[in-house]
This record gives sequence, C-alpha cells and structure tokens, in this order.
Amino acid sequence: MGQAIAFYTLAAFILGFAVMVISTKDTVHSVLFLVLDFLFVAALYVLLGAPFLAAIQILVYAGGIVVLYLFVVMLVNLKRPPEAHQDPHRMTKFGLGLSVAMLVELGMIGASSYARSAPVLVAPLAAIPVSGNTEEVGWLLYTSYLIPFEIASMLLLVAMIGAILLAKREL
Amino acid sequence: MLITPAHYMMLSAALFIIGVIGVMVRRNIIIIFMSIELILNAVNINLVAYSNQLQNAIGQVFAVFVIAVAAAEAAVGLGIILAFYRNKETVNIDEMNVMRW
Repeated sequence: MGQAIAFYTLAAFILGFAVMVISTKDTVHSVLFLVLDFLFVAALYVLLGAPFLAAIQILVYAGGIVVLYLFVVMLVNLKRPPEAHQDPHRMTKFGLGLSVAMLVELGMIGASSYARSAPVLVAPLAAIPVSGNTEEVGWLLYTSYLIPFEIASMLLLVAMIGAILLAKREL
Repeated sequence: MLITPAHYMMLSAALFIIGVIGVMVRRNIIIIFMSIELILNAVNINLVAYSNQLQNAIGQVFAVFVIAVAAAEAAVGLGIILAFYRNKETVNIDEMNVMRW
C-alpha cells in the first residue's frame, strides 16, 4: 500500500514536470523543471532498490548535464523568441497527431499484455560474489561488462574533445 | 494495490510520449534536446524496473551506459547549438535548414 502511494505520487510528479518542461515559454524555467523531473526520477530509482543509480542520476543529470544546459541557455542570448518564426511547411498538428497515435498504440499493447498476465520470468542466478547494490553494479561493470565500460569511457573522452572543438571560436 | 512492472512500463511509455511530443511540437532546439533527455530517462526507468523485477543488476549496468551516452550526446549537441548560434544567431530549428537543400 505504501509502495503504491509512493509510486503514484512520484509518477504524478514526474509526468507533471515533464509536461511543464515541454510546455513553458521560458527556456530557463524549462531547464529548472527538468532538474525537478530528474530528482523525482532519482527518487523512483530509490523506490526500485537502485540507490547507486539514484546517486548517479543526481550527480550526472541534475548536477552535470543540467548545468551544461543552463550555460548554453545563458550564452545563447535570445533577442527574439525562437518560436516567433513560423515555417509554413511545418506540420505541427501532424506531428502531434503522430505522437498521440503512438501513445494510443503503446497503451493498447500495454493493456493487452497486462490483461494476458505474462508469465513470470525466472531470472538466471548470476554468480555475483558480493552483496549490496553498489557492489553488484561495480562487480558487473568490472567483470562481465569491462569492454563496454571502456568503450563508454572512450566515447565520453571523444565527446568531450568534440564539444571543445565545436564550441571553440577558432583553433 | 500491487505495483507490477506493467505500471512502470506505463509510466515509462507516458514519459517517452511526452518527450516525443516535445521533439515534434517545439521549435526551440534546446527544449528539443531536453525532450531527448526525457526520452532517455523513460528508457532508464524501464531498465531499472525490470532489474528490480528479475533481481538482477545487469539492467542497472545498462542504465549506467545510457546515462554515459546521454552525457556525451548533451555535450556534443550543445556544442553544435553554440557553433550554429554563432553563425546564424538563432536556435529555431525551422531556420536550421542550411544542409537540407
């Protein structure tokens, strides 16, 4: 019961702030609503028993990425609002209709699979010699997923150098 | 009142759709990038929900990878926005058509 209340409260906040992110006129307000959204998603991770990922979410998303967004919003000095220019070929209504059709399809798939009561999958018992959430994730990252982990670090290095190259005025 | 993975899938799908609507409807490219972050968060919720359901930490490992890719995407994308803004003085995607034709 308590879990249900927590889930519905967090879900309401997450979806509400997500709607605010895409619907506010002011970009700075949008970024701030994005921070709140990320914080509530982190709370949902705690509810799901993943406190390590919740900490990563707060550190990387709410701490790092959002600051990057705020820097760009402040650097891009908007003398005229970006929504002012209207492209006559732009099909906003069509895009909205497509999104809503996708929502209906996903809802139907979810409802039908929910009604069919999918069989409970039995997880293969992974031989993890450690206990605790952070220890398990770290153990997996440094054993089975060592090569993807190194590739991700290389990707971040390349992205960092690329961002510096792109944003630099002249080399 | 048991919360099953189906509930988390519904939440994830709704967040995903909100992100898709943001990408399709808004014209400010910074808000479009934020909508992409929302979409990636929806994916992460799904991964963590099933990691919890199956009692297996591999889902969380993949969520860490998704976060790393999202950070890389944000850095490069915002660099492109800054470079474009320096040239064209706009963040409106309808005016970003120099490579379209």
